[in-house]
Amino acid sequence: MTPLVLATEAEHVVEAGITGGFWVDTAGIMLVLPFAAFLLIMAVGKRMKRQGAEIAIGALAINTIWATVLFVLNMTEGVLAKTTFEIARIGTVAGKEIVFELGWVVDGLSIMMFFLVNLIGLLVFIYAVGYMHGDVRIPWFFAAFSLFAGSMLLLVGAPNLIQLIIGWEGVGLASYLLIGFYWEDLDNVRAGNKAFLVNRVGDVGLTLGAIIVALAVGSFDFGAINLAAAEHLEALSSVAVVGGLLLFLGAMGKSAQFPLHIWLPDAMAGPTPVSALMHAATMVTAGIYLMARTFPLFQNLAEAARPWMVAIGAITLFAMGLLALVADDIKKVLAYSTVSQLGYMMTAVAAGGYTAGLFHLFTHAFFKALLFLGAGSVIHAVHSNNMSEMGGLRKDLPITYWTFLIGSLSLAGIIPLAGFWSKDEILATLGDEGYTAVMWLAIAGAFVTAFYMTRTVALTFHGTYKGHGHPHESPRVMTVPLVLLAIPAAIAGIFSIPGVSLPGIGNFGQWLAVREVAMGDHHGEAIEWVLAGSGILAALAGIALGWMIFSRDRGTQTARDSFEVPVLYPLLRNKYYMDDLANGVVGGTMGPVARFVNWTNTYIIDGLVNAVALLTKALGSFVYGIVDQLGVDGVVHGLSAAADGAGSALRKMQTGRVQQYAASVVGGVLALIIVFVFVT
Amino acid sequence: MLLNQFLILAAALFALGIYGLLVRRNLVLILLSVELMLNAVNINLIAFESVFRSELAVGQVFAIFVITVAAAEVGIGLAIVIMIFRNRRSANVDDLSLLRW
Repeated sequence: MTPLVLATEAEHVVEAGITGGFWVDTAGIMLVLPFAAFLLIMAVGKRMKRQGAEIAIGALAINTIWATVLFVLNMTEGVLAKTTFEIARIGTVAGKEIVFELGWVVDGLSIMMFFLVNLIGLLVFIYAVGYMHGDVRIPWFFAAFSLFAGSMLLLVGAPNLIQLIIGWEGVGLASYLLIGFYWEDLDNVRAGNKAFLVNRVGDVGLTLGAIIVALAVGSFDFGAINLAAAEHLEALSSVAVVGGLLLFLGAMGKSAQFPLHIWLPDAMAGPTPVSALMHAATMVTAGIYLMARTFPLFQNLAEAARPWMVAIGAITLFAMGLLALVADDIKKVLAYSTVSQLGYMMTAVAAGGYTAGLFHLFTHAFFKALLFLGAGSVIHAVHSNNMSEMGGLRKDLPITYWTFLIGSLSLAGIIPLAGFWSKDEILATLGDEGYTAVMWLAIAGAFVTAFYMTRTVALTFHGTYKGHGHPHESPRVMTVPLVLLAIPAAIAGIFSIPGVSLPGIGNFGQWLAVREVAMGDHHGEAIEWVLAGSGILAALAGIALGWMIFSRDRGTQTARDSFEVPVLYPLLRNKYYMDDLANGVVGGTMGPVARFVNWTNTYIIDGLVNAVALLTKALGSFVYGIVDQLGVDGVVHGLSAAADGAGSALRKMQTGRVQQYAASVVGGVLALIIVFVFVT
Repeated sequence: MLLNQFLILAAALFALGIYGLLVRRNLVLILLSVELMLNAVNINLIAFESVFRSELAVGQVFAIFVITVAAAEVGIGLAIVIMIFRNRRSANVDDLSLLRW
């Protein structure tokens, strides 16, 4: 293993106290169990009482035990270990043998992700038992769900880029299966296809970036890549910008960064628990995770690429937040919110805020899972996704209301909830790293976030009920996960108060600094009250404005929205025409190419093929008509005709008269006697 | 030497047997004809044995064998004849021409 290189700044230094032991050595079980659950559910799920849900929950429950133990161990002493198994030797590059390995890496970053994926996955699985009750294909749902979680664990536990890509594609596959879960409806199938294809664009970047970086370093191993980046290896620094941007393209696809965000809102076609898991812990966080995993590459070498990445993140965080303002579907509001928050994380990581971006990922996972599960609970109650058919639900769904409110306030960034601390850390990072304009954009984004969440809460839970039937609070199996998620969504901020190190366990930044190579990222020394105050003020202003506009019950949603600025509103309703643009650009540029290829295909390739076919056909006719029909068949038919004729003639001898046979025998014997006596 | 007379008798019996086998229509008589031919052979065996004496009396032993086998053969043959007669109300060999083309 690469020796531990620790950061130069004193407060970053974390001694990894644990490099082995039972829990660390067996951590790979977390990568295997969900896949085993997947196969087992496919095999016997149908015959079980809860149709396979118990297997999925059991696997993740065991995983959660491991993840929690590792999380606590990392808090107190720091855990750093890597276990790999060599699968194949690929070749030699620059004197180093490139080896394909599978295994798992246990360090601060992967432990944090193990903890998130398993804990949130477990809660979402339990919730799904209630939400999916009586739905179609439940065994298949839980099987694909296990595959989803398992692929994500394979991804975050990856010690090298190849295993990461395997998990990455597994996540893509599972999300495709789950988005198109209700495949009887063609729209859902299209949404799944869209997610898969848009992700493919990013995957091209990921694959090329991985190859470029690995060829420069001579290894796919993250430890080797990061060490090379930290040591400013010559071969790597010359390709770092290109390789880094290509890796970033992969991250853009998975983490739905502008302009590859278009798949994520459509991905709401899947069941709500899928959306919750996809937005909180798996799938969309994979891009951020990739950036964090290869952070030294961006931090030390690919400096030229960083402004671009920050810009992409900034556009995403602001523009996508605005879209959430006009969506009527509650899940789409949350989806755009996720895209916007992913923009925050990407901006932070790209600007050098490794801890800040990941801490936002950490808190966001809790409150966004909470919000999605709350939305699912509402949808479960009113049987509609549209907020124009909700309203006044706070009396009927009290638990859902209060937990949703906590999640919303946390997302809006109200002190002292978790979202405040993580967003403040991002703002501080942006300010200190010199991205002042982006910092103000992010504060404006906080205003927008608070605004749309207030709108969502007001439209859903306040005013009068506009839907059909009488909504009821969801069963305990659904509300308990909500309450359990509300707790970290409220208090997780204490782990990363700038400059504060909790006695015995340190803080979030210290946990994440337990890596093979020091990250050397930005850390806040103390709370910057001006910045934090600006953030809180923006959030409060957003809440106030939202409350002013949406708290009063002004009839339908359309009437409430239509007061919006004339130019802005249609722009937002049409999602900046991004879907049309994507179709136009791809269709416009690829159309002529496709037509040319089609022409070539029709007249040249097909001509060749047809000529060969004609020749073959003529040869075939000759062989058939002359050789086969006359030659081979003639012999066969002749033989059979001869046998037939001989049989017809000879069977006449078979008269059935015994005495004729006896006479023949006597005649034969006489003939023999004559031969023996007179001839010889 | 008395051999020639025995041989002539046996040949005559054998010819009679063949004649009966070929021209008789009744199954029972055909069986009797077969018996005649077998006994013609037996006479030959005994005649040759009495002239050319062998240490183990092979000729006589073979005659006994032939008698035994003939008895078994007649047993089976008569049983078949009886079954045919029961089924067809006839023991005429010309009526039994089902096994043909």
